[in-house]
Amino acid sequence: MSSDRSPPISRRALLSLIGRSAGGAAMYQAMTSLGLAAGSSFTGPPRLEGAKPGTSVLILGAGIAGLVAAYELRQAGYRVRILEYNDRPGGRSWTIRGGDTYTELGGQTQRCGFAPGQYFNPGPWRIPFHHRAVLSYAHRFGVALEPFVQVNYNAFVHSSKAFDGRPQRYRHVQSDFQGHVAELLGKATSQGALDGTLTLEDRQRLLEGLRGWGALDAQYAYRSGAPSSEHRGYDVDPGGGLARSAVPSTPVGLSELLKGEVWRAIATGQEYDYQSALFQPVGGMDMIAKAVAQQVGSLIRYRAKVTRIAQDDRGVRVTWADAMHDGALHTERADWCVCTIPLSILGQMELQVGAPMRAAIDAVPYDASIKIALQFKRRFWEQDDAIYGGISYTDLPIDRIAYPAHGYGTAGKAVLLGAYNFGPNAYEFTAMSPAQRIEAALDFGSRIHPQYRSEFDQGFSVGWHRVPYTMGCFGLWSDAARVEHYRNLCAIDGRLVLAGEHASNLPAWQEGAVLSALDAIERLHRKAMA
Amino acid sequence: MKAALALLVLIAAAPAVADDDHGFSKGERFGEATGEALYRSICQGCHMPDARGARGAGTYPSLAGNARLAGAAYPVLVVLNGRRNMPAFAASLDDAQVAAVVDYVRSHFGNAYEDGVTAEHVAALRTPK
Repeated sequence: MSSDRSPPISRRALLSLIGRSAGGAAMYQAMTSLGLAAGSSFTGPPRLEGAKPGTSVLILGAGIAGLVAAYELRQAGYRVRILEYNDRPGGRSWTIRGGDTYTELGGQTQRCGFAPGQYFNPGPWRIPFHHRAVLSYAHRFGVALEPFVQVNYNAFVHSSKAFDGRPQRYRHVQSDFQGHVAELLGKATSQGALDGTLTLEDRQRLLEGLRGWGALDAQYAYRSGAPSSEHRGYDVDPGGGLARSAVPSTPVGLSELLKGEVWRAIATGQEYDYQSALFQPVGGMDMIAKAVAQQVGSLIRYRAKVTRIAQDDRGVRVTWADAMHDGALHTERADWCVCTIPLSILGQMELQVGAPMRAAIDAVPYDASIKIALQFKRRFWEQDDAIYGGISYTDLPIDRIAYPAHGYGTAGKAVLLGAYNFGPNAYEFTAMSPAQRIEAALDFGSRIHPQYRSEFDQGFSVGWHRVPYTMGCFGLWSDAARVEHYRNLCAIDGRLVLAGEHASNLPAWQEGAVLSALDAIERLHRKAMA
Repeated sequence: MKAALALLVLIAAAPAVADDDHGFSKGERFGEATGEALYRSICQGCHMPDARGARGAGTYPSLAGNARLAGAAYPVLVVLNGRRNMPAFAASLDDAQVAAVVDYVRSHFGNAYEDGVTAEHVAALRTPK
């Protein structure tokens, strides 16, 4: 926002006035119209005042959605209990560390021997700056955050179809693609191709813009020289004294860049969800869920497998099996229920809901995804290749290699993400044994980093269709299913409301889970108060 | 002889590793052709190598000795359109691949249905776009 005139009252003073007189929501509204806030629909924690004394809410699932719902409902005065299938909070907000074991469906167990301080986030691993709800809970409960590096100009872009399979620096791919495009558009402009589209004045302004944006020289050419090297770097960097200095580098040709479709890799970091700044909790993604769980810990019953959800006009009755005691069945009663169980699981249990919600639950399949973590004896990507955090992209089945955005420069073992994929390759990786997955990830990764084989220590993999508590990565809504069923999935059915990433328009993101939970409990509260 | 052996070693060492794609598909469609390869690359991720399924918080149904496979249309439709939590494969498998994998499951794992499924059967069951 810019204005030529000084406002009669400063923005800060105005916002403070609005905040005092009309509350936070109005202030947020005002901030938005002043261009100071945008993005997530999060408007601050809900104010659910005046719960009827003794009213109870049973929450199913202690993932981030269930935990936030539990915390806020208890703040509002509800009697809250949580049933959780796992023996830990967080659900998919999950971090694997040395000493952890994990048995996937099919019975194969992996034991993690990662070094102290090293970890693997099989699920969410980054938080965009505009995911205000998740960030607000991290801030509120004192979870330390650090920058997550998405774009690293010195990481690699690798295509098996171009450059004879040799990985290229992201910096070179981005600078050269941009430079060649700028030069071509400049030529089209100079040769009159845009005469009917732009005025002479705008054509001249465009040429100037292209020169700066594309690092073109005085003749509007993208070629070896000082301008292009200021973007793509030098063959010999500027140095001190009498040393050889500032030797320009030579751009690669446009044809090779197009052949390998390497532009795909440089587009990702420009998407809204991946623009800087992004964050990660220090020590692993589960730190946020653990911090909320600490607030409501005494309310959680772990290793409780829900088998049946029944309701009538007086309340809900949830049957659950106690895995700590030979699966003994129990019934839990409550006035209301917030169910965050993934639809992949919920759809299989005995469930007393109306036909619209039933149809919605059955309309959402769960996607395949794979992540593989690899621990190496040393940070060769930093020590040999000067890659500090960020992501290398490849058209190989591993899709990418993501480097740890913590512990830079330290000696000793370190863990990187050696594969993260969706689509056919995710199914194929999931169908393998854990040992086969590691072997394939090492083979593919060594085509980008030849140090892989000699420096490898151990690996750990999670194929989400084999995760016992979700049986899939996230709710894969089709556009058609969303039109037909989304509102029915989110609507309160009697005394039951669903929440989780599947009940949001931010699928697979923690922000979606939290926003869904907040929206669900606000509606539930209004109904309970009516 | 020595030179020839050295050459052989070179050939064996260099490109064989670099070209091994471990049977992975390229792009958004599956590349496997035979029913067995398709089962091993896709289905067994959930239904398991022995097709007996698995049980966690929910269940992946067993395909072994499964009476619901008696008619070929049902498994073809499930593979094409998905069912509840199972994703649809209509966009990532062609008619011949769907026929091959359904045939494979219906003739293995204790299933012995003899009426084969053809690509034409599958084509007829596809939902028009």
